[in-house]
Amino acid sequence: MGLLDKFKRKKIEGIDDSTYLTLREERRISRENTKTIKEYERIRNRKNVSEEEYLTQMRDPANVVEFDNLHTYFFTDVGTVKAVNGVSFDIPQGKIVGVVGESGCGKSVTSLSLMQLVQAPTGQITQGSIRYQDEDGKCYDVTKMPRDKMLRIRGKDIAMIFQEPMTSLNPVFKVGEQMDEVILLHEEDSTDDSARERSIEMLNLVGIADVKKVYNSYPHELSGGMRQRVMIAMALLCNPRLIIADEPTTALDVTIQAQILELLRDVKEKINGSIMFITHDLGVIAEMADYVVVMYAGRIIEQGTVREIFHEPKHPYTIGLMRSKPGGHVEGDRLYSIRGQVPNPINMPNHCYFYNRCDKAMDICKRHYPAMTQFNSDHRAACFLYSDEILPEEKEDKEDGEGR
Amino acid sequence: MAIEKMDLTTTNDDILVVNNLKKYYPLSKFTIKKDPVSVRAVDDISFTIKRGTTMGLVGESGCGKTTVGRTILRLHEVTDGQVIFDGKDLAKVPRRKLRKMRPQMQMIFQDPYSSLSPRLPVGEIIGEAVKEHNIVPKSKYRSYILKVMRDCGLQPQYYYRYPHEFSGGQRQRISIARAVALNPKFIICDEPLSALDVSIQSQIINLMKDLQEQHGYTYLFISHDLSVVEYISDTIGVMYLGSMMEMGDKKKVFANPMHPYSKALLSAVPVSDPDVKMNRIVLKGDIPSPINPPSGCKFRTRCPYAMPICAEKAPVFKEYEENHKVACHLYSQD
Amino acid sequence: MAIDTEKGKKPDYTDMEDHIETDLEQNFRVISPGRMVTKRFFKSKLSIVGLAMIIFVFLFSFVGPFIINHTWGYKETQVFKIERNADMVSTAEFKGPDGRTYDYYDRSKTLVIFKAPPSRDHWLGTDTSGFDILTRLMYGGRISLIISFIVIILETFLGIILGGLAGYFGKWVDQVIMRIVDIFACLPGLPILLILSATINSIESIPAEHRIYYLMAFLTLMGWTGVARIVRGQILMLREQEYMMAAETTGIRPLNKIFRHLVPNTMPQLIVSATLGLGGVILYESTLSYLSLGVPFPRAAWGSMIALADPSRGQEILAYYPNMWVPAGLLIVIAVLGFSFIGDGLRDAFDPRMKR
Ligand SMILES: Nc1ncnc2c1ncn2[C@@H]1O[C@H](COP(=O)(O)OP(=O)(O)OP(=O)(O)O)[C@@H](O)[C@H]1O
Ligand SMILES: Nc1ncnc2c1ncn2[C@@H]1O[C@H](COP(=O)(O)OP(=O)(O)O)[C@@H](O)[C@H]1O
Ligand code: SF4
Ligand code: SF4
Ligand SMILES: [Mg+2]
Ligand SMILES: [Mg+2]
Repeated sequence: MGLLDKFKRKKIEGIDDSTYLTLREERRISRENTKTIKEYERIRNRKNVSEEEYLTQMRDPANVVEFDNLHTYFFTDVGTVKAVNGVSFDIPQGKIVGVVGESGCGKSVTSLSLMQLVQAPTGQITQGSIRYQDEDGKCYDVTKMPRDKMLRIRGKDIAMIFQEPMTSLNPVFKVGEQMDEVILLHEEDSTDDSARERSIEMLNLVGIADVKKVYNSYPHELSGGMRQRVMIAMALLCNPRLIIADEPTTALDVTIQAQILELLRDVKEKINGSIMFITHDLGVIAEMADYVVVMYAGRIIEQGTVREIFHEPKHPYTIGLMRSKPGGHVEGDRLYSIRGQVPNPINMPNHCYFYNRCDKAMDICKRHYPAMTQFNSDHRAACFLYSDEILPEEKEDKEDGEGR
Repeated sequence: MAIEKMDLTTTNDDILVVNNLKKYYPLSKFTIKKDPVSVRAVDDISFTIKRGTTMGLVGESGCGKTTVGRTILRLHEVTDGQVIFDGKDLAKVPRRKLRKMRPQMQMIFQDPYSSLSPRLPVGEIIGEAVKEHNIVPKSKYRSYILKVMRDCGLQPQYYYRYPHEFSGGQRQRISIARAVALNPKFIICDEPLSALDVSIQSQIINLMKDLQEQHGYTYLFISHDLSVVEYISDTIGVMYLGSMMEMGDKKKVFANPMHPYSKALLSAVPVSDPDVKMNRIVLKGDIPSPINPPSGCKFRTRCPYAMPICAEKAPVFKEYEENHKVACHLYSQD
Repeated sequence: MAIDTEKGKKPDYTDMEDHIETDLEQNFRVISPGRMVTKRFFKSKLSIVGLAMIIFVFLFSFVGPFIINHTWGYKETQVFKIERNADMVSTAEFKGPDGRTYDYYDRSKTLVIFKAPPSRDHWLGTDTSGFDILTRLMYGGRISLIISFIVIILETFLGIILGGLAGYFGKWVDQVIMRIVDIFACLPGLPILLILSATINSIESIPAEHRIYYLMAFLTLMGWTGVARIVRGQILMLREQEYMMAAETTGIRPLNKIFRHLVPNTMPQLIVSATLGLGGVILYESTLSYLSLGVPFPRAAWGSMIALADPSRGQEILAYYPNMWVPAGLLIVIAVLGFSFIGDGLRDAFDPRMKR
């Protein structure tokens, strides 16, 4: 049967349908998914998890969050989507960590995993841990934490700003009411008045001129930039230790984007928190981030400080991304472009995911997935071009490859 | 309001001449009042595009870029003004004739997801109008479509597939193929890149450049991404709230932006270099509503240089150096 | 090739080991839209139940008659005279000469040839005219289903055309058509149908067997407005899609635009509304037949079979012969519910966002 399918797909004037799963495959996937999901849900829904189970130790106490070999999979109808597939990085206290990558690379899922907001039951964290350190220095493993405990952290210690603020503001309540509610929910000794005071203070902080009016308006009455400001004000209400900003300026115009970026930087200084800044725009990252994580198809392919990434990018994908931006090209030159497109992380092979788009691809690249090569304490990339440790049987290949 | 009609001389060099184009959308459809409230989406815009060149149109969202494109193609009726395409005044062409003329001017849309009919296979989407207008003889039809698909970087086996099976970049290629298959002279690209990934954007830019070189297309390239416009266009127009603020040769505008808005816009573009600290002009406030634009200069509510005169009189759109026009009082004072 | 294709070892949907080197983009395959719909449809228990009900009704009505004909040779209007001695009870109340009220009660045996009770030859017995009830139920179902399908097809056809014109051309076309729709929609359906049917019945020049066509025409006239509204609304929404703008820029003829781009995209909604409508038509038809304004005697119809139990013609059948009317009632319930279940299932399957 597999043979028949291959036949169909390669046909040039083929009838469509070749890209579709057959009924048998579909059933098989469905059966496997049900089994796997049941297992994970059983573990998730346990009652009375003792605190020891999710208390851990940070690797470095200067970090707020540490992702350690995180795997988040979606068990969908077309196969297992390995949206996040072994991601490890740290968010240090008081720094901005930028996560870049094209759409579908797993940026959002990484942040949702941290918030325990991955869409269950299809989405499951299957491996790894996310360590979070709260103000008292206690350290939790978010992946093992029960949901009710998580509620106390989410929205209070870790706040989130989304691309389209309209989807996260409730259209039938006034902005002010929604802000007050957040405070009343998270801070036990707050009253209506104190909540209101704090909301207005925050709206002031994010540079809204006519605070009273905005406090009393409905979300749809505000412009996109204004809504994003409100979202930021809302995120700041409970003095978060970490703000996750998922493409906060993608839907905005450049002039408004400039305003919002400036605001975010200001705000970070004021509250002395950290920001996990997700975007696909290299320019924005260069401006905002201290550390950069470049993701591709669910994995980190390069990470380092912002200068390292922009001045000495190592991974061919990072280099390609920088070169394909139209700014600063030589007149009359063709724009550099990476061929092909980002794969959907289903049925990924066990070789370099960038292999079929890479200009520097070598033989070894299609046999193994490259390990991270460390350039210095911060900067590392996953690419065989820099790999010293050569597997014995691959030695010749590597030399061949470099000879090109 | 009295409008000075511009000179109607058209040289054969210009494929498109737009004169004092206006498009007002009435807010409610059933008013009998003589002067109903309306959205002034495009308010008195004039420009020309030379054959085989690319004009870039930039501006923030809602400033009327799309509306300019659509009224030029007469997808919406113009409120006032003229669009002269290839020597013909489009507003005077009867509907039936217009349909016959359509293949000459094509459009590529912003959203690759809603711009392809979900229930037609790719071959059909590209070829439908080719059949309808008899662009090629029936016997050559299929091979023609396959050739166009190949030119646009689509594999021939996609012929029978449906749009939902493709990613954004490939859908945009299909959209381009649909336009190109009709052998147009002039293509309006309405933010064709804004929904695409960075690496795909550069592929599409290259594709569009290649096609232009091969076939000599003229583009009106609408975008809010200044770096893309800088790369692809020969002339550039900067729009704000339905009016043209600055227009001219690309190099001149980028090297020496004169209008305060263009300056702010250019400085707001993030640069991919952490060590370059931009001398950024951060504009205050939001874009006003086009229903009730500010009096005088429309930009005055956000302009760092606003003067009293700016509220009283609208600045004239004037040429201050060759091929470089600006509408701002800063320069009109002697 | 590094990895040989061992059968059974790797899941057979990852058939890409040797393929991926050229095409990482196509390393997975999607489920075809048709199957996606099917899959979602069958996920809901209710739609499966509905489907089973409808399949049962169909088999019963269309295959049933052949089987009956084959095994027993019964026809729709074949009269069976089955003699039996039945108890006949008569009661009455009268006032005696003494001014008191007396109950009269008499029980005797008489010979009846109709209204036979269920037996091995006639599973559900025979009715007041001596027809075999089971056979009649099958023929009745056949006519109900045929009528409802024809009516729904006509309705949809009319609705697509008028709704499509209104939605596409807008302006005064839309105004005119939608006002007509409004008028039709605010007419009280049942009373009008009753009046019309009664009128047709009283016109003698119309032969009885043609009445059914008029009936279908009326039902269509009453029902098309819903479809027209759906199509118009859908088209107004689709018209704003960029692909319609694209069709305009490529200069495609208006008719092609309507029938190649717009109408196919309204199909899911139409299929749902048609399925949901089927049950409604069956109910209308049964009601009319119950009032003997629908399918004319001696043709069988579920409605007229229930009408036998009409209490105004005596309590006897209602009380003592449930075999004559209960099955017809049950079948109506099954058919109507079945179509609703399927319609709901289809709606959720086509548009999963509609759920909840
Ligand atoms: N059909 C319409 N009816 C009423 N108003 C409209 C219509 N189309 C556009 N407008 C208004 O006209 C103005 C210009 O819109 P337009 O779509 O041309 O902007 P744009 O520059 O293309 O923006 P974007 O970058 O978001 O695409 C906006 O204020 C918009 O709300
Ligand atoms: N709820 C979901 N169900 C199934 N797949 C999902 C879901 N959310 C995300 N994915 C998949 O996970 C991958 C990563 O997605 P995401 O993190 O949203 O990408 P991005 O980098 O653009 O933020 C994508 O392939 C996406 O299709
Ligand atoms: S490992 Fe090989 S294929 Fe992958 S990025 Fe490096 S050189 Fe390219
Ligand atoms: S005319 Fe006045 S307000 Fe307008 S841009 Fe020039 S200086 Fe600014
Ligand atoms: Mg995302
Ligand atoms: Mg637009």
